[in-house]
Amino acid sequence: MIEIKNITKNFGKLKALNGLNLELNKGECIALIGPNGCGKTTLIKSILGMVLPSSGEILFNGKSIKNDNDYRRHIGYMPQIGRYPENMTIGQVIDMIKGIRNSNQVLDHDLYEHFNIEKMLDKKMRTLSGGTTQKVSATLAFLFKPQVLILDEPTAGLDPIAAEILKAKIIDAKERGCLILITSHLLSELEDIVSQIIFMQEGNLILHKNAEELKARTGQQTIARSIVHLLKTETL
Amino acid sequence: MMRILKYVALDIIKNKIIIAYAIMLALFSWSAFGLEDNAAKGLLTVLNIVLLTVPLMSVLFATIYVYNSSEFIELLLSHPIKRSKIWKALFIGLSLSMVAAYVFGAGIPLFIFAEWDIALMTIAVGSLLSVIFVAIAFLSSIITRDKAKGIGTSIMLWLYFALLFDGLVLFLFFQFADYPIEKAVVFLSALSPIDLSRILILLKLDVSAMLGYTGAVFKNSFGSDWGLVLSFALLAFWALVPFYLSLRKFKSKDL
Repeated sequence: MIEIKNITKNFGKLKALNGLNLELNKGECIALIGPNGCGKTTLIKSILGMVLPSSGEILFNGKSIKNDNDYRRHIGYMPQIGRYPENMTIGQVIDMIKGIRNSNQVLDHDLYEHFNIEKMLDKKMRTLSGGTTQKVSATLAFLFKPQVLILDEPTAGLDPIAAEILKAKIIDAKERGCLILITSHLLSELEDIVSQIIFMQEGNLILHKNAEELKARTGQQTIARSIVHLLKTETL
Repeated sequence: MMRILKYVALDIIKNKIIIAYAIMLALFSWSAFGLEDNAAKGLLTVLNIVLLTVPLMSVLFATIYVYNSSEFIELLLSHPIKRSKIWKALFIGLSLSMVAAYVFGAGIPLFIFAEWDIALMTIAVGSLLSVIFVAIAFLSSIITRDKAKGIGTSIMLWLYFALLFDGLVLFLFFQFADYPIEKAVVFLSALSPIDLSRILILLKLDVSAMLGYTGAVFKNSFGSDWGLVLSFALLAFWALVPFYLSLRKFKSKDL
């Protein structure tokens, strides 16, 4: 579904992505992990076309995303820190996105209802707490029933109940056959959702493996331990 | 693009500053025409106000507005919308509101007190100046991410075009008075949209004492008609080029 071919991104002297090759397919739920500043968000933003790679190309359903924007119709994106026009209310933001997308498909209002967005429609974006902003981001990401979900630290800042609701929604989307790309630092949280692991370090791809395979090969019970084990023994 | 434009326009109207700007221009113009005993004098007062305030207001408001729209731009970019459309919608939205405020504020008294053709010319020039300085604002706000730097650049550009430029030309003239430099001076005057606008209106008004040095040379070299056509073309150029450069930069910007 998404093919990443040898992309490199430089920010001045810093190499954020270094000749990355990846293939992401339908129905996979991929955890993108790695230390801070390893290029996860840059990779995500490159897929979304917000960051333009210095070299290499990204294909979405076999078509290059360069100079294209319609492919984003199939992507739901939840940013790490949602930034919204400050003096708009939640209701206005949601209406605007609906109006701009102008799609006539049936919308997915699950999260809208579960997060009780309706009661907060008149609140201005600048008055929202981090967690509420995340709820709005999540609602918008799932609203158009996208085939691809890109979630950057989705549960950071959410209260445990909201985090559970979101997790259930992610599992639901996975079963529907969506491609899901999640970054998170809390590996334990991803344990029961994730089917693939991508580990990055300083802009390089260190490993891209099936979660079960990884556990079997390292002989560990959890993904977190397998990764630690791999890093220690350096048998990458 | 119309849909984005709708949201931009609504946001600018909600901002109310544009309305205050229109009212201020109206107050200036009505009082200028009311206080002077003949319309020509009033027009000159209005002209001087327009040539100073319209560029300043356009460049400052647009620069700050573009910086404040960074969230809006980021939000839209993760949806299926072309980058250039977002930038164009912002530009058109801002230009239209600055022009509308100018036409409502200064246009109405101009039509009432001044002669039709002169009023029309002043309105056209003021509108073009608004668009030009919005374009300059777009360029200075895309050059740097730093808000203070961007706004600083905008104010410096305004100072240069509105106050420094004619002085510099005059200085050059005195320095090189012994040489035939008329052609060079005409070329120089094309480098400042405010100077061009002043020349345009004064060519129409026929007040050569007010033309300034560049204006006088302009009139001698081109006569009134050619001067008009050429300066309008140059003004259009001034609106399009900065915007085009900013658009090109925006298309390849990382967000």
